[in-house]
Amino acid sequence: MRELAYLRPDDAAAAVAAVADHPNAMFLAGGTNLVDHLKLGVTAPELLVDVRGLPHDDIVEHDGPDGPVLCVGAAVRNSDLAAHPLLRSRVPAVSRALLAGASPQIRHQATTGGNLLQRTRCVYFQDLSTPCNKREPGAGCSALEGYGRYNAVLGASDDCVAVHPSDLAVALAAVDAVVVVLGVDGERRIPLVDLHRLPGDRPDLDTTLARGDLVTSVEIPLTDLARRSTYVKARDRASYAFALVSVAGALDLDGDTVRDVRIAWGGIAHKPWRATRAEDALRGGPLTEERVREAAEAELADARTTEQNAWKVPMVRNATVQVLTALAEEAHR
Amino acid sequence: MIKLTIDGTEREVSVDTRTTLLDALRERLDVTSPKKGCDHGQCGSCTVLLDGRRHLTCLALAVSYDGSDIVTADGLAGAGDGAEGDDLHPVQEAFLAHDGYQCGYCTPGQVCSAVGMLDELKEGHPSHVTEDLEGSPEPTDEELRERMSGNLCRCGAYVGILDAVREAAGEVTA
Repeated sequence: MRELAYLRPDDAAAAVAAVADHPNAMFLAGGTNLVDHLKLGVTAPELLVDVRGLPHDDIVEHDGPDGPVLCVGAAVRNSDLAAHPLLRSRVPAVSRALLAGASPQIRHQATTGGNLLQRTRCVYFQDLSTPCNKREPGAGCSALEGYGRYNAVLGASDDCVAVHPSDLAVALAAVDAVVVVLGVDGERRIPLVDLHRLPGDRPDLDTTLARGDLVTSVEIPLTDLARRSTYVKARDRASYAFALVSVAGALDLDGDTVRDVRIAWGGIAHKPWRATRAEDALRGGPLTEERVREAAEAELADARTTEQNAWKVPMVRNATVQVLTALAEEAHR
Repeated sequence: MIKLTIDGTEREVSVDTRTTLLDALRERLDVTSPKKGCDHGQCGSCTVLLDGRRHLTCLALAVSYDGSDIVTADGLAGAGDGAEGDDLHPVQEAFLAHDGYQCGYCTPGQVCSAVGMLDELKEGHPSHVTEDLEGSPEPTDEELRERMSGNLCRCGAYVGILDAVREAAGEVTA
């Protein structure tokens, strides 16, 4: 690990200024991903700006212009958010997604903001002996020709086939969450679905954030739709593993007719994949297994796979059927 | 210079910014109860109770934890209800009674994790396998296994660990 300066500012504005003013500075939050990367040499900042202790650590309900919103401070720990009574009753998909991630110890450490900004677990990104465009722009992508079981099937590029690892981000994408960001020019609000980006020819950039931008909170709308929501995650072992594929869904039924629906996928793309094409196909019609399968297939029409990861397509389709039929059964109970 | 309260004793140590909490404890302060297993947050053997919650020390920079209160498995002795001095914590007793280990390397982490886990259960925190998110989770085997899944045991003493944790859970929730 190279020499490292450390700063613990008292407020968010000072933290933003410290990172913006330095050519090679990074924010440190829970550290569950970044500290590992420092050890591995995946990243080598000269200055760490510690935002773990900033006072963005509460969860409050407030009235937004479009209804009640749960405002979650960026420093709130994953375990505290998952256990929050209002989240469990009003937005279960987000609680379930958090509980499906990492281990209890890590959830006590990891923060809301940090979870969203964690880096891919593509094996080549973490392996310094192999080229990776995300780690070193222009170096080449080892996953294209190499071990490709975890590779993205939607929205990948010739430069990068990595997937985003966060469970939380997938659930937040499904429930129309908004990320509040403080930058050098002040505060702005970014829909969660626009926080992460597709790799294109700049896979080194995971998000649309600029240098010095600090996530200060996440707003989760407390809608009727989100009340009936859940998260399903397929993985290689029962616990403590990243998603092979995952599905967050929310469903509002009028009898058997889909009044409104949300679907987001994880393990599929470089960002949480909001399946708007599938949602549009389902709205206004009856909720049947057949229609969910067709809607998911429409969303997956552009999927590009190899023989190593082709199984992801039927797996995410079937998981989507599982999620929405379970929510429909719950609605009819 | 950072200050840490470790097993009830206040300690001061000067650390490089790159030093992890685990290395500060083991190499600088001679607190060797937390073990270095994978050193990448994958095994749980470095688990301590930090400000009352189970926490990894390998994925934590010591400078960031100035002022923290740390309890290691070593410090749990004498910490049970009505315990004195070297009396083992009920969770430690349960691990002994049920052979919750073979080589013992992961045990301090397992024990700290189990103590933290039982507190979470008492507070009604849900887990991945909790069916009713709004209900009070019960210490079923399925719940205990999921809640202990952050601690690996390469000897595979999971059957004994589960027996130990089940007994301790019975005492806590009874």
